Amino acid sequence: MENLTDKKIEELEVTANNIRTSIIEMLLKAKSGHTAGPLGMTDIFTLLYFHALRHDKDRLDWKERDRLVLSNGHIAPVLYATMAHAGYMPIKELLTLRKFGSRLQGHPHREYMPWLETSSGPLGCGLSQAVGMALADRIDYGNNTDKTIYALLSDGEHDEGNTWEAVLLAGKEKLRNLIAIVDRNNIQIDGYTENIMPLGDMAAKYREFGWHAQEIDGHNFRDINDAIQKAKAVYDKPSVIIARTIPGRGVKEFERDYRWHGKAPNQEEADMALKELRTLGGKIKSEHE
Amino acid sequence: MLNDKLKLNTKVFNSDVEQVPIRQGFGEGLLQAGVADERIVALCADLTESTKMNLFAEKFPNRFIQVGVAEQNLAAVASGMAAMGKVPFISSYAMFSPGRNWEQIRTTIAYNDRPVKIAGSHAGVSVGPDGGTHQAVEDIAITRVIPNIVVISPCDALEAKRATIACSKTKEPTYLRLAREKTPIITTNETPFEIGKAQIVFIPEKGLAEIGIIATGALVHRALMVARDLEKDGIKVKVMNLSTIKPLDGEAVVALAKETKCIVTVEEHQIAGGMGGAIAECLAEYYPTPIEFIGVKNKFGQSGTPEELIEHYGMGVESIKKAVEKVMKRKM
Repeated sequence: MENLTDKKIEELEVTANNIRTSIIEMLLKAKSGHTAGPLGMTDIFTLLYFHALRHDKDRLDWKERDRLVLSNGHIAPVLYATMAHAGYMPIKELLTLRKFGSRLQGHPHREYMPWLETSSGPLGCGLSQAVGMALADRIDYGNNTDKTIYALLSDGEHDEGNTWEAVLLAGKEKLRNLIAIVDRNNIQIDGYTENIMPLGDMAAKYREFGWHAQEIDGHNFRDINDAIQKAKAVYDKPSVIIARTIPGRGVKEFERDYRWHGKAPNQEEADMALKELRTLGGKIKSEHE
Repeated sequence: MLNDKLKLNTKVFNSDVEQVPIRQGFGEGLLQAGVADERIVALCADLTESTKMNLFAEKFPNRFIQVGVAEQNLAAVASGMAAMGKVPFISSYAMFSPGRNWEQIRTTIAYNDRPVKIAGSHAGVSVGPDGGTHQAVEDIAITRVIPNIVVISPCDALEAKRATIACSKTKEPTYLRLAREKTPIITTNETPFEIGKAQIVFIPEKGLAEIGIIATGALVHRALMVARDLEKDGIKVKVMNLSTIKPLDGEAVVALAKETKCIVTVEEHQIAGGMGGAIAECLAEYYPTPIEFIGVKNKFGQSGTPEELIEHYGMGVESIKKAVEKVMKRKM
């Protein structure tokens, strides 16, 4: 994984913007689903699928691929949109999200999409599955493995006891091949995380449980990339990257408002959002105008 | 008489019949399966010796994961290992796995269709002195309702060993129901075993049977004791050992019902949702037949000796005999 050039960052910005546009389009068509989380995690997904992650859409059974477990399956739109833009499925198929007969289930199901590492949605058990993958990989390759198991988690799902069971086990087993990325966007369905169930200093909690922890700006490609490189260099511990993100990122009216956690935009809201995205927040002139 | 074809233990009716905990068979089977297949890994939630997983853990420390008292993690970590090509066996008490971690089993194992094998030990009231908190009498109901899962409830330690080895070779998520107490050995090393195949372990000396008893788990022995007494009284009886509860051997169940026209089901589990429920679902659809159900009747367990509890909850020999008498009068 090479360092990011300025040119590469520009490419990633364009890709992320295209993915955000797809997210709005698919949620509008679906009429239900989650908006804030997918937009907030778009930069991290983009950096992973278009730079950091070792994957090959044409070799789904490639044993040496990195594994990516999305634990909070409700942000499925960003997973589907990113994978479609990365060539795993036709972009126009994104518009079937949540429809009867679609492969794009409301929450991801690997039976319909063999390129997913797992099905997810029920919160709190994704990190456990990633820990299981990391343990299995260590049984096969010892500490010389060059594979990385990524677990993407929400901050809200740290309310789940199961998450902390996995945190404990990964620390005990010193799983160096495991990187957890936590979407620290401070919202969950019922409100702001610190009102619903205060999570406090998440990095400190992870460190106490035997992890290497970093806190970054989850919208800065260079930050994300550097953090992943640093995490890979940690030899004797699992790594967590607490990524501070803005829920609804990219559409000013949606940003930081927990009410966008679990709803989809209507036509008017979507038109406004798409206009903002297509002009990159006013930076460029929209080709649609 | 015992069905000769199955090469069962001829000492099964003796008072000095050898008794071994069913979970012991699991431990031995897992070890043997682990020797044969290095994809097999084992995970335990702080009950390694109690569930007899220690036999595997001592032999293959690198393929054994101790997750601590964390059954939800136990199930989901195993799912992740299966995703990487492993065949994980997980063990705890049935009350906690599949009890506490039911949703993780449903979503990460069954919905994902991963070949995780769930060994639930200490099932039934015969756990004894530990009391109702530790006596799983709901586990068959909550597992058999999940799509993709196979549910097996062996009748003795030898069958548990065969079931463990057999399910180590299949792709299906599987629940193995195990009991804590020493249980009479009914089968032998020559007795055949196939997942999904019911076995008629007791048959009339000649002619057709007039009552069919379908039993599962440790109570198969009591069903046999009842059958021997009925035989002495001149009643022709067949006893089915239904070790695989799902997928149900519907063909064998319907054939038995067609022959006997009445059925008694026997299990150490709630009547609601258990093995008897599975039989009723099958027969109601394909061959409506009067059924009497032996099992726990909407109660929690309590402390006591296994014998006391089996009797108290109406699963002893006399209760089974009464059910037989009653159902034979209900024949249509």
